[in-house]
Amino acid sequence: MEYETVIGLEVHAQLLTKSKMFCSCSTDYADAPPNTHVCPVCLGMPGVLPTINRQAIEYAIMTALALNCTIAEHTRFDRKNYPYPDLMKGYQISQYDNPLSHDGWLAIEVEGGERRIGITRVHQEEDVAKLWHRTEPATGETYSLVDVNRAGVPLMEIVSEPDLRSPEEARQYLMKLRSILQYLGVSTGNMEEGSFRCDANISIRPMGNGGSTAKVEVKNMNSFKAVYRALEYEVERQRKVLEKGGKLVQETRGWVEEKGATVSQRSKEYAHDYRYFPEPDLPPLTISREMVEELRSRLPELPDDRRDRFMSQYGLSRYDANLLTASRAQADYFESCLELFPGGEGEKKAKTVANWLLGEYARLFNVTETEITECRVEPRHLVEMLGLIGEGTLSTTMAKAVFEEMFHSGRRAPEIVQEKGLAQVSAASELEAVVAQVLADNAQAVADYRQGREQALKFMVGQVMRATRGQANPQVVNEMLVKKLEEG
Amino acid sequence: MRLSREEVQHIALLARLGVDEADLQKFSEQLSNILENFEILQKVDTTGVPPTSHPVALSNVIRDDEAAPSLLPGEVLANAPREEDGCFRVRAVLE
Ligand SMILES: [Zn+2]
Repeated sequence: MEYETVIGLEVHAQLLTKSKMFCSCSTDYADAPPNTHVCPVCLGMPGVLPTINRQAIEYAIMTALALNCTIAEHTRFDRKNYPYPDLMKGYQISQYDNPLSHDGWLAIEVEGGERRIGITRVHQEEDVAKLWHRTEPATGETYSLVDVNRAGVPLMEIVSEPDLRSPEEARQYLMKLRSILQYLGVSTGNMEEGSFRCDANISIRPMGNGGSTAKVEVKNMNSFKAVYRALEYEVERQRKVLEKGGKLVQETRGWVEEKGATVSQRSKEYAHDYRYFPEPDLPPLTISREMVEELRSRLPELPDDRRDRFMSQYGLSRYDANLLTASRAQADYFESCLELFPGGEGEKKAKTVANWLLGEYARLFNVTETEITECRVEPRHLVEMLGLIGEGTLSTTMAKAVFEEMFHSGRRAPEIVQEKGLAQVSAASELEAVVAQVLADNAQAVADYRQGREQALKFMVGQVMRATRGQANPQVVNEMLVKKLEEG
Repeated sequence: MRLSREEVQHIALLARLGVDEADLQKFSEQLSNILENFEILQKVDTTGVPPTSHPVALSNVIRDDEAAPSLLPGEVLANAPREEDGCFRVRAVLE
């Protein structure tokens, strides 16, 4: 039987504010010792009064607008109660039935165009404390240590409709969402560091059947790859259960990276009785339409718009434009290069720079596991190197070696070319001897050429290139050989 | 409405409060009284009255995003029953 996969994602993103959601503690806790960014409010002491951070609300509204959501006129916070020591108050301040925004969409690339994935809501809440689980060596007693630094950091929750139909679509959705948050500058979107987290709901159903089977919630996926692998695993697992005539149960499963499998998690006691009620310490928020329009006017050019502009302005393919605009830093880098690139045809320059970014840059980022934000080659240095190719000093083949050196050392192209003697040799006087030698050594090829075999010429050019370790300008060599051969 | 002994024990567990037999007696009495008062309130006809989540007519109490110094480490852990490596130490929780 053919099955259809149904996936909905729930993303939590930490916002890049200076202070926490409801108190003035600094959010810059990454390298801080435990419990040094903590005050009575985020510790959940009795009698304290939380106050809403304006910047966090503005960031959440900007995100909701970028995701085509409707912004609520009236919104309020609620208490979500559950007994777990990562909550200092015994509840998390979140939003329940009056969220900040609702009903939007995000477009992902699918074969033959794009598809809109519904966004149920974007709402605002607070992060929880970090727990470390330990065991007493002597007694075997297990216990937990609590670091409150992270508790109260603004956390934005973005919930999708169950519109995703494959693990690949889920991956696309996450990449696009992260890209939008990075363009907006509201979150780092770093999944490995935990500032961008994803839980998934996944079920499968017989194709064309429309009805729903038991939803499985998958947690503990700490990278884009983990999300993809965990969802692929779940599709297979659920299919096998159904094919054996078994029944799927609604449950929470955790992804275990080392096993490459999801494992059923014992449901927490009272886990689903959150007893939501309006947060009495925070008066509701009224979001004026003027504020919404003011924030809308502050939205930057977003990935989809930038892709469309790259296609029309620079004549790039949709595929290349998508890759280049996926990260704001890369798209900025690309446009900086074009601005610095002197003269010439716009589209041709764009194609050249795009080829480098999507070729050698991408390859080296992959090998070194780095990103463009850490790149030691500045746009002006790439343009300088491209200039050397343009004037004939550097061959395209040599340029790749030079670029690799620039990439690793941060040194500039002219310096490397000079030091390593990599400059292309275009002067006929310097090539005369090698050309003569190759002609003398390859009598057969000479004879073949004279009988009209063009291949023989290519072979001899290759021999000259080899003898000069690739430094000869192949076009000049070609011309010299033809001249010599014609002279007889 | 009367709260049973078991219900009070369950609530005490959720609130992580240790209660003895005398407490159970006292609290089931007091908590039941509170619930009975709500039963009186529930008799009021509220047809056509919109729900209120906040008794004070305030809205948009909001602050600018400025960081201020936090507590000193000694202050943070001053009331901690147990501590270790600068952290609160608590009983193990099953995931
Ligand atoms: Zn605080």
